[in-house]
Amino acid sequence: MNAQPILEVKGLSRAFGGVKAVNDVSFALHRGEIVGLIGPNGAGKTTLVNLITGVVPPSSGSVLFDGQDVTYQRPWQAARRGLARTFQIVQPFPEMTVLENVAAGALFAGRAANRADAEAQALEHLAFVGLAQDAHRPAAALPLPGRKRLELAKSLAMRPKVLLLDEVNAGLNSGEVDQALDLMRRIAAQGITILIIEHLMKVVLTLSQRVLVLHQGRLISSGDPASVVQDPQVVEAYLGSKFAERQRRMTANG
Amino acid sequence: MRSSAFFILSMLVLAAAPFIADNYVVRLCTFLCMYAALALSWNFIGGYAGYPSFATAGFFGLGAYAGALTQNLGFWLPLPWLFATVVVALFAAGLGFAILRMKGHYFAIGSISIVEILRLLASSWAQLTGGGDGLNVRILPGGPDYAGRVFLYSMMAVMIAAFITMLCVDRSRLGFGLRCIKQNEDAADMIGIDVTSYKTAAFTLSAMYCGTIGAIYASWVAYIDPSDAFSILLTLKVPVMTLLGGPGTVYGPILGAWVFVLLEEMIWAKFLEYNRAILGAVIVLLIFALPGGLLRMQWRRKWPSSVFGLPGLNRLKESR
Repeated sequence: MNAQPILEVKGLSRAFGGVKAVNDVSFALHRGEIVGLIGPNGAGKTTLVNLITGVVPPSSGSVLFDGQDVTYQRPWQAARRGLARTFQIVQPFPEMTVLENVAAGALFAGRAANRADAEAQALEHLAFVGLAQDAHRPAAALPLPGRKRLELAKSLAMRPKVLLLDEVNAGLNSGEVDQALDLMRRIAAQGITILIIEHLMKVVLTLSQRVLVLHQGRLISSGDPASVVQDPQVVEAYLGSKFAERQRRMTANG
Repeated sequence: MRSSAFFILSMLVLAAAPFIADNYVVRLCTFLCMYAALALSWNFIGGYAGYPSFATAGFFGLGAYAGALTQNLGFWLPLPWLFATVVVALFAAGLGFAILRMKGHYFAIGSISIVEILRLLASSWAQLTGGGDGLNVRILPGGPDYAGRVFLYSMMAVMIAAFITMLCVDRSRLGFGLRCIKQNEDAADMIGIDVTSYKTAAFTLSAMYCGTIGAIYASWVAYIDPSDAFSILLTLKVPVMTLLGGPGTVYGPILGAWVFVLLEEMIWAKFLEYNRAILGAVIVLLIFALPGGLLRMQWRRKWPSSVFGLPGLNRLKESR
């Protein structure tokens, strides 16, 4: 394996007026890793993803992708380099068919040579996420779980090296989450590096090899899932200082 | 395939017009070709990319003046028209980078201001353009019958060129990318579409044939002035034509332009005093009754959607 990280973020900050949405965040993703990014609402998770993919430029800091400085790239450049993301709020092309949606990803960011090739590849990706039977329906006609999978198929069609999944499981019921978990495992098995941004602890804890915790724009903790959830700082961020204190006493007393 | 047969047939009828009909009909046919070419042009930016441009008259007028001025320098005829095409295409490409940052209503207002700015420029720069007195253009020698044919076939050639360009774009990566941009620009950016370049390409395509048409128009009528060349009415009519026929389709703009011009001609002939009001009411009714344009009416279902590139068609099927 190559020791150089596929994605490296160094001292990344972004201020909106007086609010530091992301404050001096540094981390690295290694090839083939699944890393979870968690944090309470408003912690800056989505802003961080926006900074990495060039949707908003950072106030300071840098982003390195495959050893190359890509700090001020545009989103379409990120996509062509192999940095794909899904949106927290799904973003399909509503009037196009499901197949065309995925073909667009294959054509513009993936390796498809033409429309026909793109559609052939799109069919494979739709079969992979379990949407093949809906290929010719308009994207707007899909129910929410279907749209989430469409979003995933579209990102996969872009042949990413790194996939940033921004709350792909939000709004799904537990059965659907289990299916999504299985899907993410199979994506990781293809060797794609995944950063999961997620509220559902079940997803993060079962899938991630490593977890990063963001709170008020700062990276307050990182490590393997089991130790991160025990970290008093993390408990405090989620449940408040009183609860963290109580937990500390409980652990001390055995 | 019925629509392509209809298209070829109507081209033959237009081409035969000078041999079977009088000069009034030839003149009307020239207008049919002219407006169809303008509506096809608008379709690139308005129909495919979904940007409501009202800059048509700006490009048309700029082309008219660029063509007329070079023609008066004594250049052989198609040359001023080609020159006008290039000037307008470059102008639009440069302007696109600035104006395409705006969206929706802001873009619409920004684009209409181009028409006004160019009109003011043409009327103030009297040394070059003759200002409000207008500009006489050298008359094509050979008599009215000959000139009528030349201008009909020239307009027709531009219309066919615009149509072929549209067919190519419709099937290409560019057309697909523009449809993505129309539906969700942020998502289009995210899947690797260079939205700025794509939009600029669409804007330039929407402008260049307007420039050619403007230059041919100037040679045809042999006199232009700022309010005729940069007419607000023209800038509004052309999008209405495309919307009437079916925006984002390849045949829609032609159909819309022809229905509009023929309606206008009939209403103008019958109701001299109230023609504008009646035409306005008819258009409002048509647009309300047919939100997707004439081409998306129900009987259209029978035809394959890939030919028309109708994104809305499958949804219609779905809901039925």
